Amino acid sequence: MTAEARTPSTSSLAISLITFRALMERDLKVLSREIIAFLARTAIQPFLFVFVFAYVQPKIGAGDPNFGDVLVPGLIASAVVLQGIQAVAIPLVTEFSQTKEIEDRVMAPLPVWGVAAEKLVFAMLQALIAAAAVVPFVYFVPLNRPDVEINPIVLITILPLGALLSASVGLLIGTTVSPRQIPLVFALLVVPLTFLGAVYYPWSDLEVIRWLQIATLANPLLYMSEGLRGGLTPEYGHMNYVAVYAGMVVGCTISTYLGVRGFVRRVQT
Amino acid sequence: MDSAALSTRPGDLAPDFATHTIATRALTKVYPGGVLAVDGLDLHVRRGEFFGLLGPNGAGKTTTVGMLTTRVVPTGGDMWVGGYDVRRQPVVVKRIIGVVTQFNTLDRRLTAWENLYYHGRYFGLSVGESRREADRVLELVQLSDKRRAMVDFLSGGMQQRLLIGRALAHNPEVLFLDEPTTGIDPQGRIALWGVLSRLHSEGLTILLTTHYMEEAEQLCERLAIMDHGKILASGSPAELKHMVDAATIITIQASNASGDFVTDLRGMPGVASVDVRADEIEVRAQTSRGMLPAIANAAMSREVELTDVNVQPPSLETVFIELTGRKLRE
Repeated sequence: MTAEARTPSTSSLAISLITFRALMERDLKVLSREIIAFLARTAIQPFLFVFVFAYVQPKIGAGDPNFGDVLVPGLIASAVVLQGIQAVAIPLVTEFSQTKEIEDRVMAPLPVWGVAAEKLVFAMLQALIAAAAVVPFVYFVPLNRPDVEINPIVLITILPLGALLSASVGLLIGTTVSPRQIPLVFALLVVPLTFLGAVYYPWSDLEVIRWLQIATLANPLLYMSEGLRGGLTPEYGHMNYVAVYAGMVVGCTISTYLGVRGFVRRVQT
Repeated sequence: MDSAALSTRPGDLAPDFATHTIATRALTKVYPGGVLAVDGLDLHVRRGEFFGLLGPNGAGKTTTVGMLTTRVVPTGGDMWVGGYDVRRQPVVVKRIIGVVTQFNTLDRRLTAWENLYYHGRYFGLSVGESRREADRVLELVQLSDKRRAMVDFLSGGMQQRLLIGRALAHNPEVLFLDEPTTGIDPQGRIALWGVLSRLHSEGLTILLTTHYMEEAEQLCERLAIMDHGKILASGSPAELKHMVDAATIITIQASNASGDFVTDLRGMPGVASVDVRADEIEVRAQTSRGMLPAIANAAMSREVELTDVNVQPPSLETVFIELTGRKLRE
């Protein structure tokens, strides 16, 4: 009554890749249905910010007329961070609690960590779309057209790293926070991260507030803002690239590891 | 009785999947904190069989299904589904099973039809196949007119049907149903029983957990009665009921039952046992023939006033009480 274990006709890897692609298809379908709302949600805050601080203020003779230059990398970075975190954390919190939908996604034929990986990849895509959506506003709205000098190699490396960083922070939040705590986490964690992430000023200018300059080194967003500053508006000065890439790689590694591990532990008992 | 133990040796040899579509050997789960949920379970389900795990809440049924469907990591033991080692090939196992959990896990951001279509895609169906399957399954669960409805706009019964339909949308080899009728109305339950019977007659292997004995009796070819993480007995419903050493169970309620009356009952031909409880007397007999007049006569001569006499064949509930000393839904 015994036999050798059955040999599957398709390998686990091949099955998993097919499932991964299908999960992406599903997410794209849902996003395409909500794309207008997604873009509006993404762009409204950066638009208002450049409008008020880089158009209205200079026009009425208040503020720095070249503030728009500082905002180009900063607002792109903060869009990536906000959308990357939200894209994973908010649906995940619901799927874990009210709807239990996560149980369905986990029963799809791929490893449990693969479900988390798909969420990361899709959130990265959303973060990059968010970055692209912000570009026309930060470029065309300011009173003085920003002085942009593109370094493509820096951009095509920093943007995906930043997207992964924010998506994995979102995964970490999504697996550890209950739905009731979500507004609190955004207020106490995400908002301070964006305000103190060198979004509205170059990090090097913080020399005059030394303690803040050092304290914000713990903020992963800082490295992305500074990286993008180097890739878009280098004349304003930016953190050394070695520090930028080291900060991003370390941040990505830690938060991806913790996020995926947290997800697997939460799902599999 | 179901005594055919798995004649497997430790190592890589798996039970023949043609006969053992689901098999476990000494399967054990201890949750963090030391709760022993499943205790050395040996289970086997043949291909095409409708098998039931019957037991009260907390018996370990859901944990067992959780392990077999890759969701719960066992503490010890082995298990195979469809001939695959669940621990070693979880992805392959997931692809050949359909699972209906106790929760409504429908995708709330998709329509009824899309829930089926994308499910098919997750399980490797082509775009065309997945579309056809979604149409077919929607028909099967009688939701064709709701294809464009978002899930939240379907009634509870419709969502339950869609959940079961979705578990079938990739033509699984084995279907796991964990308490599928808990919380649905009696009409919905009967409709669901109809769908499940039809699937079984088409050759699908089904493992169902339930604490409704009517459901187990109605649907399952074989059952295992589970409590405290162990299988207490298994076999067909008829075999299990034969475990009770009586063909008839007579429950008597009387206002003033005396010791003499009970002695009379014990002395009647064919009576296997008499159990005196607080408010009733349970008589187990080999036959029901002639019992009622004999009881009535004894009551008359001992001046006992009978208020209720109930005659029934042994039920799975009787078996459960016999095995555990308590009722199924206590």
